[in-house]
Amino acid sequence: MSVQTPNSFKTGPDEQGLFGIFGGRFVAETLMPNILELDAAYADAKKDPEFLSELESLNKHYTGRPSPLYFAERLTNHLGGAKVYFKRDELNHTGSHKINNCLGQILLARRMGKTRIIAETGAGQHGVAAATVAARFGYPCIVYMGAKDVHRQSPNVFRMKLLGAEITGVTAGAGTLKDAMNEALRDWVTNVEDTYYLIGTAAGPHPYPELVRDFQSVIGKEARQQIQEMEGRLPDMLVASVGGGSNAIGLFHPFLDDTDVQIVGVEAGGKGLDGDEHCASLTAGRPGVLHGNRTYLLQDSEGQIEEGASISAGLDYPGIGPEHSWLKETNRVEYVPIMDTEALEAFQLLCRLEGIIPALEPSHALAEVIKRAPEMNKDQIIVMNLCGRGDKDVHTVAEALGLEL
Amino acid sequence: MTQRMTNRFAKLALENRPAFVTYFMGGDPDYETSLEIMKGLPAAGADVIELGMPFSDPMADGPSIQAAGLRALQGGHNLPRTFDMVRTFRETDDETPIVVMGYYNPIYQFGPEKFLATAKESGVDGMIIVDLPPEMDDELCIPALERDLNFIRLATPTTDEKRLPKVLTNTSGFVYYVSINGITGAAAPDPEAVAASVRHIKNKTDLPICVGFGVRNAEQAASIGMAADGVVVGSAIVSALADSLDDGNATSKTVSAPLELVSRIAEGVRGART
Repeated sequence: MSVQTPNSFKTGPDEQGLFGIFGGRFVAETLMPNILELDAAYADAKKDPEFLSELESLNKHYTGRPSPLYFAERLTNHLGGAKVYFKRDELNHTGSHKINNCLGQILLARRMGKTRIIAETGAGQHGVAAATVAARFGYPCIVYMGAKDVHRQSPNVFRMKLLGAEITGVTAGAGTLKDAMNEALRDWVTNVEDTYYLIGTAAGPHPYPELVRDFQSVIGKEARQQIQEMEGRLPDMLVASVGGGSNAIGLFHPFLDDTDVQIVGVEAGGKGLDGDEHCASLTAGRPGVLHGNRTYLLQDSEGQIEEGASISAGLDYPGIGPEHSWLKETNRVEYVPIMDTEALEAFQLLCRLEGIIPALEPSHALAEVIKRAPEMNKDQIIVMNLCGRGDKDVHTVAEALGLEL
Repeated sequence: MTQRMTNRFAKLALENRPAFVTYFMGGDPDYETSLEIMKGLPAAGADVIELGMPFSDPMADGPSIQAAGLRALQGGHNLPRTFDMVRTFRETDDETPIVVMGYYNPIYQFGPEKFLATAKESGVDGMIIVDLPPEMDDELCIPALERDLNFIRLATPTTDEKRLPKVLTNTSGFVYYVSINGITGAAAPDPEAVAASVRHIKNKTDLPICVGFGVRNAEQAASIGMAADGVVVGSAIVSALADSLDDGNATSKTVSAPLELVSRIAEGVRGART
């Protein structure tokens, strides 16, 4: 399926919250007034200089933005092709890009007079960022997390508890991120009056995909300016990992109309696309409706949702933000899978060559860079989003390598 | 409104009693057992049947309906079998309205047009699709109305003055008033607050107003039925079935247990205005 190339890739979503056929507001009626209230509040906030300057100040002084754009010299020499730059969002407060979105949304929650924050989390990076901003602004915070993830991400669970959040393990379904999201939606339906649902990725009912993208676009705006300062031009290629897709859309969006910039999103191929242990919604799924939006989903022939599987809990989601579905169908962005084993190798290579321990999520993007850079000329430039640090993953990696800590 | 739906509510109005709307999950715990339950519902006192269509990720449902859906899916239940149930039921009952209830994705994958055509042909009267609010009417609601199938919408305590007209537009069959903010099978509703809401909605529409979510026994059903045109019971019926199972499989009580509960609650509904 392909659609006509639009004049601009940056105009979406439309009033219905649609990017082409993707997105929308597929939610229970109980939530509709809240969704519309959020839509109005965000439309108002993004035009309010005070809101924007408060967010900018927090980004600078609390998160530590702008994050550096770093030329990975030894990796570049090792690969022998294009120059590789990392946008280092792993240096943010809380260790990933997730804080960018959480700060924006907590300011919205306060603006809307909500008094209780709920969030879903997979790997726990968004849960930690949500718990962090809830602590910073003095709100109670309930984090829904699949029971399986509570077990395999125990350091993040403890971090959230230290930050004062209440963790609710979800045993329904397979006990992973999609089930945590179902449970968060059930909480929201039950407590619509006082509760703000702080979604962690650029998915869900409109306006979430739009507002999460906007809060994450600080990544791409900075990168665009930084690469021009350092190289005097735009990069030839952008690479980012996609689970729900928030770090990727944050890097990609400011470059979407620069059609000379090739853009690559990297999905979790897990143990391979032939079996059912992967998370490649865009390369191996098809359009469907889940969690408030129409988008590419992993599902069986009858529309029942299937579980994703990846070594990286943060990519372990059977859906994808709707804007990515649209960017795939308009052929603006190319989406490719990377297997667990390739991500693990990339993870180790970066540790040794650059002294950076990356999270397993951007290790997928890195594995794609390792494939592409040697095929490109030495005067070409790749910018990759190094969206999270790997401290949380050392146990998973040790286990995968057959080591005991 | 379909003829069956019109006739049913007209008959109940003559009898001056509210409708008893019963929800159960198709295919739970297996096709044959749930078909027996469906066939037994009218005699047990059900006036309208809501036939649940299972979905892996039912975001607005509580634990008992979630579990019922998973049991049905594990037994291989799907949309073709849902329609088979309706066809078989219609062989012996052409009067009781059937409303299918579920989520949009399985319908979207089946094909909305094919879904509506098959629903009409098999004897379905209407549908409640939880995740299709009025903003998404082009997906299924408008095509359903064009085929003379009812599209029944949920109104909730969050549906304010401004929102209500939007919810009522394109709604047909009846209005399903969700008595609490929450998921199915949660807290019990406050009868007085429900009555006030029902009166309020009745000012804006001629459609019957049926009330559900959290109604579990005959007494609650009776108090809700004083003001409402219908009382919906779902999770309690599904739980009665679940309690009869042995390791997820049907036992000798799996058909009788939910039907006995339906009979008891039906007495409450029928006595609501006496």
